[in-house]
Amino acid sequence: MPEVSMTVNGKPAKGQIEGRTLLVDFLRDTLGLTGTHVGCDTSQCGACVVHVDGRAVKACTMFAAEAEGAEIRTIEGMAEPDGTLHPIQAAFREHHGLQCGFCTPGMVMSAAALLAENPTPTEAEVRDYLEGNICRCTGYHNIVKAILAASGQDVSRIAAE
Amino acid sequence: MPKDGGIGASTKRREDVRFLTGNGHYTDDINLRGQAYVHFLRSDVAHGRLNKVDTSAAEAMPGVLRVFTGADFAEIGGLPCGWLVTDRFGQPMQEPKHPVLAHGKVRHVGDPIAAIVAETREQARDAAEAIVLDIEELPAVVDMKAALAEGATKVHDDLTSNLCYDWGFVEENKGAVDEAFQKAAHVTTLELVNNRLIANPMEPRVAVGDYNRSTGDHTLYTTSQNPHVIRLLMGAFVLGIPEHKLRVVAPDVGGGFGSKIYHYAEEAFCTFAAKALNRPVKWTSSRSEAFMSDAHGRDHVTKIELALDAENNFTAIRTETHANMGAYLSTFAPSIPTWLHGTLMAGNYKTPLIYVNVKAVFTNTVPVDAYRGAGRPEATFQIERVIDKAARELGVDPIALRRQNFITEFPYATPVAVEYDTGDYHATMDKLEEIADLKGFAARRKESEAKGRLRGLGVNCYIEACGIAPSNLVGQLGARAGLYESATVRVNATGGITVMTGSHSHGQGHETSFAQVISEMIGIDADQVEIVHGDTANSPMGMGTYGSRSLAVGGSAMVRATEKIINKARKIAAHLMEAAEGDIELKDGRFSVAGTDKSVAWGDVTLAAYVPHNYPLADLEPGLEETAFYDPSNFTYPSGAYACEVEVDPETGRVTIERFSAADDFGNIVNPMIVTGQVHGGIAQGVGQALLEGCAYDENGQLLTGSFMDYAMPRADDLPFLAVDHSCQTPCTHNPLGVKGCGEAGAIGSPPAVVNAVVDALRSAGRDITHIDMPLTPARVWAAMQG
Amino acid sequence: MYAFEIDRPNTLADAVKALGAEEAQALGGGQTLIPALKQRLASPARLVALSGVAEIKGICTGDDGALCIGGGTTHADVAAGAGAYPALAALAANIGDPAVRNRGTIGGSLANNDPSACYPAAVLGSGATVVTTNRQIAADDFFEGMFTTTLEDGEIITEVRFPVPEAASYQKFEQPASRFALVGVFVARFADGVRVAVTGASEEGVFRWSEAEAALSKDFAPAALEGLSLSGDGMISDLHGSGDYRAHLVAVMTRRAVAAAG
Repeated sequence: MPEVSMTVNGKPAKGQIEGRTLLVDFLRDTLGLTGTHVGCDTSQCGACVVHVDGRAVKACTMFAAEAEGAEIRTIEGMAEPDGTLHPIQAAFREHHGLQCGFCTPGMVMSAAALLAENPTPTEAEVRDYLEGNICRCTGYHNIVKAILAASGQDVSRIAAE
Repeated sequence: MPKDGGIGASTKRREDVRFLTGNGHYTDDINLRGQAYVHFLRSDVAHGRLNKVDTSAAEAMPGVLRVFTGADFAEIGGLPCGWLVTDRFGQPMQEPKHPVLAHGKVRHVGDPIAAIVAETREQARDAAEAIVLDIEELPAVVDMKAALAEGATKVHDDLTSNLCYDWGFVEENKGAVDEAFQKAAHVTTLELVNNRLIANPMEPRVAVGDYNRSTGDHTLYTTSQNPHVIRLLMGAFVLGIPEHKLRVVAPDVGGGFGSKIYHYAEEAFCTFAAKALNRPVKWTSSRSEAFMSDAHGRDHVTKIELALDAENNFTAIRTETHANMGAYLSTFAPSIPTWLHGTLMAGNYKTPLIYVNVKAVFTNTVPVDAYRGAGRPEATFQIERVIDKAARELGVDPIALRRQNFITEFPYATPVAVEYDTGDYHATMDKLEEIADLKGFAARRKESEAKGRLRGLGVNCYIEACGIAPSNLVGQLGARAGLYESATVRVNATGGITVMTGSHSHGQGHETSFAQVISEMIGIDADQVEIVHGDTANSPMGMGTYGSRSLAVGGSAMVRATEKIINKARKIAAHLMEAAEGDIELKDGRFSVAGTDKSVAWGDVTLAAYVPHNYPLADLEPGLEETAFYDPSNFTYPSGAYACEVEVDPETGRVTIERFSAADDFGNIVNPMIVTGQVHGGIAQGVGQALLEGCAYDENGQLLTGSFMDYAMPRADDLPFLAVDHSCQTPCTHNPLGVKGCGEAGAIGSPPAVVNAVVDALRSAGRDITHIDMPLTPARVWAAMQG
Repeated sequence: MYAFEIDRPNTLADAVKALGAEEAQALGGGQTLIPALKQRLASPARLVALSGVAEIKGICTGDDGALCIGGGTTHADVAAGAGAYPALAALAANIGDPAVRNRGTIGGSLANNDPSACYPAAVLGSGATVVTTNRQIAADDFFEGMFTTTLEDGEIITEVRFPVPEAASYQKFEQPASRFALVGVFVARFADGVRVAVTGASEEGVFRWSEAEAALSKDFAPAALEGLSLSGDGMISDLHGSGDYRAHLVAVMTRRAVAAAG
């Protein structure tokens, strides 16, 4: 089996793969990074979103072999080493932007990619950007609110908790 | 001032940190040493005779450990049904066997035929392709009414027909109801479909079976809302494993919405195969597999009639519903269209006479069972749609017609066998009119029209029965289980508390809200309280989470256990302070003697309980741990009023939700933030049902909506921000917390508001449209506009 | 997925060579192919990933003023870099979702020719030229019905050359579940006439609506389309809409595209 090596959350990582090994399987099964989830098989739900060289990618729709040499960031790499939450993570907690938690890693990674591209998005831009992230619990209200809050915008006028 | 802890505080969730950092622990994250993988070969035909399943080539494939077929399970129990419905004529429902693996026949697309266990997932799947099937395809039974026709093909050869039961409720009222319709000044009739839905929690189902050859103990890790129920059903009825040799663990579970209540074949298989192969056996459902193996929801076809007198008072309701059971009876399937639907047909209104007829039908489709709301959305949709239609026919304001008929005195015994304890329907409607700014609608409609869009307003009420359920009552109604809940409160020597609850959290935030209750009762910091759930090895026998029951039933059990703790701690404190027990007061985590400055801290008392050197050993056992089982005396009855404003693009039929407002009465509230989140999620699912989601089969029983490519899930841009209010509070009178369930309300209350709004929008453009069946897709709305 | 080997060449020449192997198949961004592989709908022995081939990525302007987009350019990069052709950039910015746009490529989309994909409408509506490792193919000769093109085995799309119109717009009406085009209409006005290409609707895949083109070439205004309609026969009819509905939407989206193009 060929070997692949990449940088994951700032640390070198390598392992044996098959041609068909998906990036998400490499992360979960080989590296034990189980924060990245698989919620569908048609590339729609976004529970598996990670950053590849700074861009949001569905880890279930990319082969591990194609990540050779890439910089990967997963949900496990978002908080500070001392446990301090990333501002987006903190905003999700503050505004109850998660319930069962299964879609959450993908949501946070997509939100981080959005704010990197567009630091102060409008509500409509946030909703549009989340087209590829399905949440079944929250009705998106508090997710959108959390992302707007993480961008530094005032969300106090958005209907209540 | 908002509280910063205890009951009523919007405490941030303690669960969140692990979920937000990727440290959640879901079933698919569990990998056991030496584990093998199972792949299920599923039927791709809806109905067929299984003449031969030849596994010989598959058995010889690389990595294959063993291939199992229906023959391996022929001698053991089928998957049990937990509810027996008795029909109009006093006869029990028809109850076919539901084999773990199909035997003799396949009955729906997705019915498992064989299970291949191999060293890797892909090897198991490769081997599945080597299985040679001889299936004689039979005509598929898909349409419910055709299924009941004379001479229809039978889904189960050993049953007399495809009719599971023909249920009448209240059968004794039928004559009086018919008479009321003859006398009515006005009758409004509506035929409608409550569309079949797929729960689609974001985490697909997973099962990992394990067997310890040394102790003979079985363990099943599974994505379940109720591990004890799985242990009981699977152990006692399917595999014959005594409960003391079977542990069921449901760790973090990524949403359920009903679909993870039931005992599924894959759970039984993994448990069975782990022993047979002496290897842990894991199954992870793909989403595609979930579409054809998770129980579906709803799927009713109904005719409802509403009778009114000359003053527009409701005098009677009569309904006839066909309810799809699918190919087999899922765990609670028979109860959904009957006891969770018929008993809610009074709604918020004082209609004196009601008769509900339900014909439950077997078809060659995936089994149908409870999905968020379960029976109550179906009831609410009928009532609130027919009232809207009646108002239009009578030329009266739909809100005024509702208000005129509201129940206003409580307790209120409905003609459909339930007693509402509290409610104030005018209050929630008043609140709705305020938060939805109904006065401003006309101006908003003008703005929409200026953009070439039609705008509509839909309003409805709902009442639901949850906090399931009084065991003696449901026992009379056919439940084969009790529906109490349990809790063990274990106080540790240094004062910290571990609560083992039979409730299960799969997104509801029990670890936070349950701790708030204990914190309030004892006066210690919530951080001192740990809530443990989801493992039969450490919780008392509990019934799990569904039917918006966790806080009302499970929380009440915890309160009762904590009361026992406090009583005992008070005795210990009295001893320590040499005072009379009656003089002991507990406040802010300290016991004090009334009228003195003597006090001892919570931690001093708990330490004394475990280090009983100065302790009333003659009167009291050491230790501080109590268990309570709480069985509610009634359901809880949350209610509310919802409003939806839509825009319709008249050229394309596309509907957008512009505003959505919900005024709910949940009684007392422990964590407002969590309650609001529950309503948000429920509304999104209700809007999904109304506009987007519809599971469809073709006439051959092929599933047309087999993935997210065809089954439309609500996305962020399908919804606006939602206005949610729960300041109207009439506390429940019969549970110690005064709480009512909030988990399903949004999904129950929202579909009629959306459909009412779309009909209103189309009528504003002069279209004579009275109803469109859900989901109101652009194509359907456009087709309706073409007449 | 069935087992396969994966190659990741860094040059076009190596990619062509790798595709010469038995049962080899090109892998663009994989956003359609990988889900198909998961369903075991394809069984290549070898996948040749084009994501490492830098020479087929990027956007430039040709001597004739055409906007030239490398076949391996992602939708996100087109959205960001095709400013010279705003309607094309807008189309790319609305394909799939952000994560899909970061992987999916124009060459992959065109080679697949999904009947509901967006890019075929842009290519046909612009009268673009598809450049491959073997030849140049005019848009009118490229598409051959659902999931079929004139590409031959081993042929790689290296570039797509878009003549830039005076005005253009793409209007997509999304299928509610997949968010692919239930109907998408690309309208482009050039000095010598108007082109109208329709995706999502026909059982034959992307097509030009010649009556609309003729009318709009005379008068580029929504009113010029009045009275023009397509038949629902031959249109895709499924759960999400009948043939008649799709035919109706083609007219609506065409009107809106003309209005938006201005």
